[in-house]
Amino acid sequence: MSKHRILSVFLIISLVLVGFFVYSSETGTRFTKYTFKLGLDLNGGTQLVYKADTSKVKSGDVPSAMSSLRDVIERRVNIFGVSEPVVQVESAGLISGQKTERLLVDLPGVTNIDEAVRLIGETPRLEFMLVKPEAKNMTEAQLASSTQEQIFTETGLTGQYLESAQLQFTNTGSGQISGKPIVALTFNTEGRERFAKITTEHKGEVLAIFLDGKVISSPVINDAITDGKAIISGGFSADEAKVLVRNLNYGALPVPIELVSTEIVGASLGENAKTAGVRAGLIGFALIVAFLILWYRLPGVVASISLVMYVVLSLAVFKLVPVTLTAAGIAGFILSIGMAVDANILIFERMKEELKRGKSIHDALHEGFTRAWLSIRDSNISSIITAVVLFWLGTSAVKGFALTLGLGVLISMFTAISVSRTFLFAIAPKPRQGGEDKIVKFLFSNGLHK
Amino acid sequence: MFIVKNRKFFFIFSTILIIGSFVAIFIYGLNFGIDFKGGSLLEVSYTQSRPSMESIKEGLGTQNLGVYVLTPSGEKNYILKTRELSADEKVSVLGTFSQEFSNQAKEERFNSIGPVVGNELKNKAFVAISVVILCIVLFITYAFRKVSYPVASWKYGAATVIALVHDVIIPTGVFVVWAHYYGGEIDILFVTALLAILGYSVHDTIVVFDRVRENLRVGNGNESFVETVGKSVSQTFGRSINTSVTIFLTLVSLYFFGGESTKEFAFVLLVGVIAGTYSSIFVASPLLVSLQKEGK
Repeated sequence: MSKHRILSVFLIISLVLVGFFVYSSETGTRFTKYTFKLGLDLNGGTQLVYKADTSKVKSGDVPSAMSSLRDVIERRVNIFGVSEPVVQVESAGLISGQKTERLLVDLPGVTNIDEAVRLIGETPRLEFMLVKPEAKNMTEAQLASSTQEQIFTETGLTGQYLESAQLQFTNTGSGQISGKPIVALTFNTEGRERFAKITTEHKGEVLAIFLDGKVISSPVINDAITDGKAIISGGFSADEAKVLVRNLNYGALPVPIELVSTEIVGASLGENAKTAGVRAGLIGFALIVAFLILWYRLPGVVASISLVMYVVLSLAVFKLVPVTLTAAGIAGFILSIGMAVDANILIFERMKEELKRGKSIHDALHEGFTRAWLSIRDSNISSIITAVVLFWLGTSAVKGFALTLGLGVLISMFTAISVSRTFLFAIAPKPRQGGEDKIVKFLFSNGLHK
Repeated sequence: MFIVKNRKFFFIFSTILIIGSFVAIFIYGLNFGIDFKGGSLLEVSYTQSRPSMESIKEGLGTQNLGVYVLTPSGEKNYILKTRELSADEKVSVLGTFSQEFSNQAKEERFNSIGPVVGNELKNKAFVAISVVILCIVLFITYAFRKVSYPVASWKYGAATVIALVHDVIIPTGVFVVWAHYYGGEIDILFVTALLAILGYSVHDTIVVFDRVRENLRVGNGNESFVETVGKSVSQTFGRSINTSVTIFLTLVSLYFFGGESTKEFAFVLLVGVIAGTYSSIFVASPLLVSLQKEGK
């Protein structure tokens, strides 16, 4: 057996194995970890987009504030019991063309969002601010007419640096009415340092504690506090304090957020889109295979096999990466199927020309592959450039398109060239003296000519 | 040879199509969806036959929604497009759809986008397309650097981009007319379709140019540039047609058998693929000849 025949057998075995992986991971017997990740438009679910107001955060601190925001919201969403929530940050920037930091919350399968929005909305925001010296001497009326910026200065200490909260009650003898509920806060390491610095540098000043943008308590700093513990006694009832403690323990918002867009797709609508998409894909695929075989005969059969290989490999890669499939992503995949076929068509058309010039099948195959390579390479590089730029700049829908297109083009360069080549050389007759069999020649020709 | 010799005819034909597209865009306008201008979209379905439009409109009239669009969709659905709705407003709108106790509306889809988000998306799409075009010109200039004679290699890039603009404008024009009669708006999926056309257009043009490049290299020197281009076009003609046929087949099946949401998308792509195949044969390559004559 020739080298190409051994390789062909190897390729077919791998095709069957990869195909088995794709099939069984979908039907749910094995590899269930690798089922397709479907986007909301195909699976049903909700996407919430929040705008984060980072105007008061120092620009260097924005990424850390946003990642802490993401963690807090993720923890919140997890209480909600959604199967696989995705919470991600979309950064602002000149290049991305976005002016504000955003948080994307994907809740697959959830279509009753009121509950989700309420839960996320309950996330408390805790801030510590110093009262400006000049504000101390203001009268009540002056205070009432001043803005928050005129009275308070930011300290950079927020709920982001909170480690835990606890419900306690005041005891007798501390100069307070006993039995009042208070909330005891413990900061994490960085919070402890910040808190220590503030209390050391501003002894005697008033440190106001803001909850959701409102002052709930404004104690005077008597001493430097270095153990990272603070107490809020805000005149709330025991029940209110309990709720606050629970919410604080799930995490406090480092920055204010606002819901700017909502998208809900019902499960049945998504289901329809999915089945219709699969049906269209299968019919389209069958049409291509019929065309290839009718027009290109034996090489057409080979091209169809490498196309099957292409589809199976791509699906396996989509599972492994994993790529979230959306309507736009499937569009990118369909386009890449077209490009995968194009590579074979280029090669076969080239072969036809060489055969016409009277070359043997073996030589024509060889020439076909060598000469078509440059145009396949350059046209695919341009597609990859497009995919990379779109992935870099695009919004989530465009990113899905770019990712499937880019991966598809890369995989197609392997299947359309290496795989087709191996198979064709495996079945091509050996070059020999005295011309070739008419039937063989017919099988390797294409189109309307004989 | 026929194509290159008669290039004036094809240029005029394409120019008419492009001008026609601009006129269509000017007359009917670009109807942006809520993806780009902000607002809310609500789709509901009924298990029984849907209530009449009049009864729904009567109910919506009392709710201070401003200008809204209510369209039947599929067999038993309604789609309502309004300004951005608050949570409370949405509840009362849903109530309107479920007036009949025995025939309750089910919420299938709700999409609400703030105007700022929409505007940013528009800018983002614009920036992305511009950067892609720029990168492609640079790449082609580089890839064709060795065949700078008789046409400077950047001119291959320029011809590709002209063909590309051609391929994006014409489907937009056709879509605008289509949307005017059958309803449809410019959403993020439409932009994705344009991006796909853009990718296909360049891909297709490069294949033809690659043949020109090869023929220039192996050429015997007696051929004029016009002859070389003419020969290259006829050599790649079969491949161009066959490749479009395969893509055409997938898109036709996506149009007829795919979901409602991708119908518009498949339609735009179909027009784009036809325009793209046409332009790489009848516009981009003849344009190379014109650019070469120009340079003399």
